[in-house]
Amino acid sequence: MSSFFARRFGFNRSRKKDIPGGLWSKCPSCAEMLYQEDLIKNLQVCASCGHHFPMGREQRIAMFCDPESFVEWDAAMVSEDPLEFTGTDSYVAKLKKNQEKTGYADAVSIGKGTLEGMPIGFGAMDFSFMAASMGSVVGEKITRLIENSTEEDMPVVLVCASGGARMYEGMLSLMQLAKTSGALARHAEKGLPYIPILTHPTTAGVMASFATLGDVIVAEPQALIGFAGPRVIKETTLQDLPEGFQRSEFLQDKGLIDQVVPRAELRPLIVDLLQAFMAARNPA
Amino acid sequence: MANYVLPFEKPILELEQKLTELRGFSEDQKIDMGSEIEKIEKKIKDTKVKIYSGMSPWQKVQMARHPMRPYTMDYIKRMCTDFRELHGDRLYRDDRAIIGGTANFRGRQVMILGTQKGRDTKSNLECNFGCPYPEGYRKALRLMKLANKFGMPIISLIDTPGAYPGLESEERHVAEAIAVNLRESFTFRVPFISAVIGEGGSGGALGIGVSNRILMLEHAYYSVISPEGCAAILWKDRAYADKAAENLNLTASDLTRLKIADEVISEPLGGAHQDPEQTAENLGDGLEKHLNQLDALTIEERLQDRYEKFRDIGVFNELAV
Repeated sequence: MSSFFARRFGFNRSRKKDIPGGLWSKCPSCAEMLYQEDLIKNLQVCASCGHHFPMGREQRIAMFCDPESFVEWDAAMVSEDPLEFTGTDSYVAKLKKNQEKTGYADAVSIGKGTLEGMPIGFGAMDFSFMAASMGSVVGEKITRLIENSTEEDMPVVLVCASGGARMYEGMLSLMQLAKTSGALARHAEKGLPYIPILTHPTTAGVMASFATLGDVIVAEPQALIGFAGPRVIKETTLQDLPEGFQRSEFLQDKGLIDQVVPRAELRPLIVDLLQAFMAARNPA
Repeated sequence: MANYVLPFEKPILELEQKLTELRGFSEDQKIDMGSEIEKIEKKIKDTKVKIYSGMSPWQKVQMARHPMRPYTMDYIKRMCTDFRELHGDRLYRDDRAIIGGTANFRGRQVMILGTQKGRDTKSNLECNFGCPYPEGYRKALRLMKLANKFGMPIISLIDTPGAYPGLESEERHVAEAIAVNLRESFTFRVPFISAVIGEGGSGGALGIGVSNRILMLEHAYYSVISPEGCAAILWKDRAYADKAAENLNLTASDLTRLKIADEVISEPLGGAHQDPEQTAENLGDGLEKHLNQLDALTIEERLQDRYEKFRDIGVFNELAV
């Protein structure tokens, strides 16, 4: 998947596996050697320069849901190959490879948990699974997350990351943009809060649906966030792109993101916001 | 451009040239060549049927992009009277890549809008080759909300390579503009029909397409990514666009089979541009039929119908891995 991503966005992801034994990780930003255990304790953030490493879904769940509170939904839902898509590799082979690599059926985990005791619908997208592209499974699971939360009067917190719609499922993928947005319309009608957290990278189709429909939109520092990839924009317009273009900070400056928040400060901010919204919605 | 010929249409052109030569020769030499001429005429007819009824997905994409193909305004002029164009998003500017306004469509007051392409350099620069900026989607939203306020059905005609991938598009949040349109489209109480008349370029098309019914002209395409873009990613070479087009299932018949398109509107032999009048008539008939069906629904039913149309899309397996 890194080649797909490299083509679209013009860089390669760092690989932690380069370090023998996996005990140490080199920070791709400041080159500091970081002890793996410290890195985990520090929420996968470099203690030296603040670089945010990618974070797995288990750690995301642990970050936002009270201990033992998370109940996962639809973990076994798997993609089919409705178009019998065959590129240089078949879609079926690609899915199998990613399932074996990650140990998950597809690119998002959803469920219900509590956040400081408040029931929430929670989901985390996982870029390591086919660039967290959205096909039928991702679309369906996110729709169920929102629908179930609407039904149970719960806010939704969704950690976003994605390379866009999953082209192996063609128009079935594109229509997931509409499907998830429809579920959010009903969630909003009930006056329930929804907060997407945009992480590195969140792009394309996912940006043109649930990632930008939050009541409040927060982002982790330095995340690449955009609709079209920088390379496509450069090729189309022959323009030079400004420093920091399509990064979280740029988008806060341009008025899309409410706050760029370092990982360690995310949970308390989300708690504050949700408690404020829910208290106003349901006066004691 | 009047004689613009697609690569796969060349055999027809060659036969037509032969026919012209033969006719000229027959007249010059005063020789009766009626039977030869008749033979070639029949061959032309047969070749046309063979080529046009057996078009590959990639050939259909080329047909959908044919420079003579009727565009949104061509249909509005033919299908409607009293079109009153409404400009601007009241936020930034008037994006000419999306046009719209109120009109009389077969006795109904409707809001009709769509993406607009240009015929020449000047008009293409004006409408940015049919690629909307965020303000285009925000203008469309303003018009759709207006329609909803006054109980006017919404008709949207889709013909775009996609939303414009540019610096300013990103700075003004084109993704957010599209996403808001998707969400808000689920709240409209009025009948809403979209029709893909040429290119259905991904999110840029869907931004005005969350409707109760999706109609597609016979040679239109609707795709999550352009065949060239898909080929560049998967085969590292845009020349594989034909393979990508086959895999993407982007034709009107593919999408009917996948229950995404609700009806295919037939085109004259050789494509919409061969007879724009007839194509507009066919499209108008399709729109009217579905408007009548949606008119018969209550507001609640219409909202539920639109929700379920998209809710039901997706293929997955819930059994354990």
